[in-house]
Amino acid sequence: MIRIDTIKKGIVIDHIKVGHGYKIFNHLGLDKSDYTVALLKNIPSNKLGSKDLIKIENDIHLDLTVLGLIDPGVTVNIIENGIKKEKIKLTLPERVKGTLKCKNPRCVTTLENIDDVEFTLVNREKKEYRCEYCDARTSM
Amino acid sequence: MSSVRHLIEPTDLTQQEIEEILQLAEKIIEKPEAYANACNGKLLATLFFEPSTRTRFSFEAAMLRLGGRIIGFSEPNSSSVAKGESVKDTIRTIACYSDIAVIRHPKEGVPRLASKYSDIPVINAGDGGHQHPTQTLTDLLTMRVLKKGLEHPTVGFCGDLKFGRTVHSFVKTLAKQGEAKYIFISPPELKIPEYIKEELPEGSYVEISSLDQAMEELDVLYMTRIQRERFLDEGEYMRLKDCYILNNEKLEHAKEDMIIMHPLPRVNEIADEVDKDPRAVYFQQAKFGMYVRMALIIKLLEMEGK
Repeated sequence: MIRIDTIKKGIVIDHIKVGHGYKIFNHLGLDKSDYTVALLKNIPSNKLGSKDLIKIENDIHLDLTVLGLIDPGVTVNIIENGIKKEKIKLTLPERVKGTLKCKNPRCVTTLENIDDVEFTLVNREKKEYRCEYCDARTSM
Repeated sequence: MSSVRHLIEPTDLTQQEIEEILQLAEKIIEKPEAYANACNGKLLATLFFEPSTRTRFSFEAAMLRLGGRIIGFSEPNSSSVAKGESVKDTIRTIACYSDIAVIRHPKEGVPRLASKYSDIPVINAGDGGHQHPTQTLTDLLTMRVLKKGLEHPTVGFCGDLKFGRTVHSFVKTLAKQGEAKYIFISPPELKIPEYIKEELPEGSYVEISSLDQAMEELDVLYMTRIQRERFLDEGEYMRLKDCYILNNEKLEHAKEDMIIMHPLPRVNEIADEVDKDPRAVYFQQAKFGMYVRMALIIKLLEMEGK
């Protein structure tokens, strides 16, 4: 098995559903990073069978709302001095502002520039959100 | 801006507020002259970004009958929108000149957006296939006046129940008003959406495809037009457009005191011969639309008792 060193200071994003790792990696812009990062795919996992995992050797700002939208099952571990300082379990956010785009072509958001369009969770299972303007359901 | 009240969708009003508007509308019907100066000196702006006759005229007639005045446009080419002005800027400017605004727009959510930038009340007069709250108030007033005292009505909705925004809003609001039985009559392709049924009490509705089967049970029959503009496939529209045509023969089995409602315009889903039947109330319904809009304007401008 491939081994990656433990990190001294940074973030470990764990329990990523297989296939979502690459999406999160791209979303965080890690492909452009000049610090050490690792994306591991298809790691054996007791909990999930297999999983993806990302290690970031840097203190970066994480938008947990967006992470929760991509994969609400992930765990974010904050590492300091080589030890786990904080463990954050993500959930699907109840409200999302400025991240999702309404997919209804008749919605006003396709006509005007509107900042911070709010979406409200309506179906947790399907990860469906309702647009505040046209009520259409949309998912990431 | 937060203290200004808008009407963008029926749920913007509490049950109590709906009740107050309907009560006021009934008072206006009883004695319209008492309200002839209720909005003296007030100005209503009508911003119609797509054509409408009934809704625009009823709003304008409502304001004029209250002693107020009107400004506005009936198609976007005659406004600054043709120069590329945003909805936000249009409403901010209009709000400088008028006291209350009515908006119709083909894009869904435009009235909600306008209300966020407006310090005068904004009324949604229809936004695409989304909401049309004053039609819902009209429908509620029609049933209230013409079916007074009927506690558990059986209401049949017939035609395009999938795309018909008036049906969606009416059913949702009616369900909050009290106990009723709903019979949804449509072809399988145009059935009422799941999310509307989810809001109805279990066992309170049935879905069928035969109008004849439901007829003798109904207290109210709400007919709708099969809307050509909602179909992507012209062939499917042609196949479904004549699936329900109400005529005198069909009405033979209906109750003597049933009422036939329709949000109008109709195409051919109600034969002209039905117009003479006393049960046909759709033109009266259009008149109730004006009265309920008079009541709404008075409420939103807080002019009652002034």
